[in-house]
Amino acid sequence: MSGRFSEIWVYLSASPLLGLTITLLAYQAAYWVYQRLDMNPLANPVALSVAVLVALLWFTGTPYQTYFDGAQFVHFLLGPATVALAVPLYANLEALKKDLAPLAGGLLAGSLTAAVSAVVIGWLLGASRETLVSMAPKSVTTPIAMGIAEKLGGLPSLTAVLVVSTGILGAVLARGTLNLLGIEDHAVRGFAVGVAAHGIGTARAFQVSETMGAFAGLAMGLNGLASAFLFPLLATLWGR
Amino acid sequence: MLGALTLLLVYQLIGEVIVQAAGVPVPGPVVGMLLLFLTLLARGSAPEWLRSTSQTLLSHLSLLFVPAGVGVMLHFRRLEAEWLPILAALVASTVLTIGVTALVMRALQRRK
Repeated sequence: MSGRFSEIWVYLSASPLLGLTITLLAYQAAYWVYQRLDMNPLANPVALSVAVLVALLWFTGTPYQTYFDGAQFVHFLLGPATVALAVPLYANLEALKKDLAPLAGGLLAGSLTAAVSAVVIGWLLGASRETLVSMAPKSVTTPIAMGIAEKLGGLPSLTAVLVVSTGILGAVLARGTLNLLGIEDHAVRGFAVGVAAHGIGTARAFQVSETMGAFAGLAMGLNGLASAFLFPLLATLWGR
Repeated sequence: MLGALTLLLVYQLIGEVIVQAAGVPVPGPVVGMLLLFLTLLARGSAPEWLRSTSQTLLSHLSLLFVPAGVGVMLHFRRLEAEWLPILAALVASTVLTIGVTALVMRALQRRK
């Protein structure tokens, strides 16, 4: 019996089916827990599913690469999802035109603050160069951030982890920070969360209100777009 | 659904080709996003079939981060060695970014 079982295990663990299926199962289980806990930002579904999957892989001694051979089908969708950001961006065209100066100003200030403050604090506390480069695009949505890190000589997989961590932190810390500053406008709240915490912040914002979500999505798209052009430029200037 | 997915992939592909051909350090999907945005601007509206597929894809956006997030297991050693600078930088920078963005935006709104 156990011989038969290990045969099945050997077969399954070498096929992409398992990595893909456990990713979907873990995420849906995590999302169920998240809903059960009244969408408490601390029970972030991304963090929960990552924790479950890491524990599972560690317990079964499965290398990340084997898991990723299956999970890459989910990961791949980040590309078309990035392209799809054009659609909500276009849907918010009126808001974009109406508030162009505040949105552009907030975007530029936020985008620079995110990169510069993270690199400076990390550098002061003695983080390595590789870590700093990988951390710089941490507020940018994953596919774009990984692309930026790769072009700048960071570690794209480390960037992905830092981006996801930042998104979770943003979803957890946004409400307190914005309340402290007395920001009530849902458009401003959403935009700030989107600039700082990309897709995870946006997912969170959509749960609060439609307006907040739309502006967070707008911020995520614009920040990705601006950063993709701004970061290589900043890095060139820095390098000189 | 199928048409919209194909369209998104075609734009991504065009983006990748442009990036490779021009040698610019910008991710291909970003160029694809920009081109699709410009197409919608020129067309004057987003077709319903494209809107519904995009919405479906983006409403499950957080799922798409999971495989990359699991990559944390490749970096345990680095995280163990550098956990303090990383954690401090991420927490402080996230709070600062949210605050600065919101304050600058509000200040500019009031000036109008």
